[in-house]
Amino acid sequence: MAGVLEQAGLASAEAPAVEAEPVRRRLPWQYVVVPLAVVILWEVAVQVGWVKASLVPAPHTVLTAWYVWIFGGGPATPYTGTWLTAATSSASRVLTGFAIAAVVGVVVGLATGWFLLPRMLLQPLIDLLRPIPVTAWVPFVVVFFGIQPAASISLIALGAFFPIALNAAAGAARTPRVLVRSAQMLGTPKHAMLWEVVFPSALPSIVSGLRVGLALAWVLVIVSEMVAVKSGLGFSLWDAYYFSRIDIIVAAMFSVGILGYVSDQILQLFARRVTRWASDVA
Amino acid sequence: MSLEYAAAGAAPETTADDMIRCESLTKAFRSLDGKGETLALVDFTLSVRRNEFITILGPSGCGKSTLLYMVAGFERPTRGRLLVDGQPVTGPSPERGMVFQEYALFPWLRIRDNIAYGLRQRGVPKARRREVVAELLELIGLSSFADYYPNQLSGGMKQRVALARVLANDPKLLLLDEPFGALDELRRTALQDELLRIWEAHRKTALFITHSIEEAIVLGDRIVVMSAHPGRITTIVDVPLGRPRDRSSDEFNAIRRVVTQALKEGAAASGSPAALDA
Repeated sequence: MAGVLEQAGLASAEAPAVEAEPVRRRLPWQYVVVPLAVVILWEVAVQVGWVKASLVPAPHTVLTAWYVWIFGGGPATPYTGTWLTAATSSASRVLTGFAIAAVVGVVVGLATGWFLLPRMLLQPLIDLLRPIPVTAWVPFVVVFFGIQPAASISLIALGAFFPIALNAAAGAARTPRVLVRSAQMLGTPKHAMLWEVVFPSALPSIVSGLRVGLALAWVLVIVSEMVAVKSGLGFSLWDAYYFSRIDIIVAAMFSVGILGYVSDQILQLFARRVTRWASDVA
Repeated sequence: MSLEYAAAGAAPETTADDMIRCESLTKAFRSLDGKGETLALVDFTLSVRRNEFITILGPSGCGKSTLLYMVAGFERPTRGRLLVDGQPVTGPSPERGMVFQEYALFPWLRIRDNIAYGLRQRGVPKARRREVVAELLELIGLSSFADYYPNQLSGGMKQRVALARVLANDPKLLLLDEPFGALDELRRTALQDELLRIWEAHRKTALFITHSIEEAIVLGDRIVVMSAHPGRITTIVDVPLGRPRDRSSDEFNAIRRVVTQALKEGAAASGSPAALDA
């Protein structure tokens, strides 16, 4: 490998556009300063009494409640040491629903984007269902599945399906004609074209669909747990409202935000691996 | 030989040495309003001998790319007959390798996998594939870039990979569609020399499209000069010079004058209808 890199450096006549590995630096203060200021302002506003503590809990109150929710301690309430259970129920629903949407969405999307017959058969149905806001499905899903995790999972799968399928279809339809011809002229059998050319060509588009779908999955897990399931972070969030535990409401909000962020980072980690060829564009 | 072919019922005028035979090839496209049709190529008749290097020179709109796409099997002729190695062309095939102006490498495959692609499609075992790839990388001088992705290479390097990828299939025919059109003069000249070197080593029948007069003369055994609207052959110019050719020699310049004159005449002949269109 070292030899290759040396060669690359020496080939001055036709130096390839290779980007250097980004150097790992410390977090610059510019990234921290605004969030920190917001938290301080928030704390001061509550302490001084600009906002009522019963409406907006101070950051330290939220952190204390969050700590107890996660690690327990003090008097036993529904929010003592139950965070992990709630978080894992929500996360597992997101993961299951998203996985179903990803598999079905990519397959349907590629098929409708590339082949005429599947497009003619499926596109009208997709176009008919897509404008219905997924949240409008909630009552139907609850009637159909009852107050069960299945209601939440199916809502997530349904909601995440559309952005994933549409992006996969757009990616497949945008497969450059010259690459298809190139593959034909090199002897690609007709039945292999989808796997050999269309799928890899559509990958960057598929990845953006997956990211949109995953973000939507977190929205839908909270919505569905508020009304259709009796567990998870969404349930905690809504339940805390009834107990007037505003500190828990805020802690739950940030919990969902953090989990959403982490899941997106993990997805991007995988995505970067499979679309490295596209990100190397000079 | 030709008598035997005639007896076997093949086209009597086809000799065994003809690699490509175009007879009155005509290609019409439906015009955008759907009513009329536009003639891209009219009555193109040409026989190309085995191992001959033909350059096709003409302005844009002369149908030269259309011709190449028909020989490649991407387009069907509207009228006329097209035989490659005695067989009618029915679709794209690894026997007719094409190098596109826009490179058309698979951006998701590393250079070595781009070159091995055709072999993999045809079920060539892995060990053999590796051998061929190593050989071809050596030939195009990019052995140290085997693990790079196409987007990491310059245009000239990409075009060399595109050529190697086609050579891996050992095609009967090399089709090159303005392959160096996007390169600057210096790299263009270097790649012309390199292409000739590779062509001398592998000896294929080649159809090379260009709009550069000098490129056409440097490379071709014969130059097919074309004119536009509709695309047709103006004349065919022989290049009786040995290779490598000195671009500044008197003989070279004499041919350059002949070709330039032919291009001008072609433009003048098709000038009046084109002027009316505008």
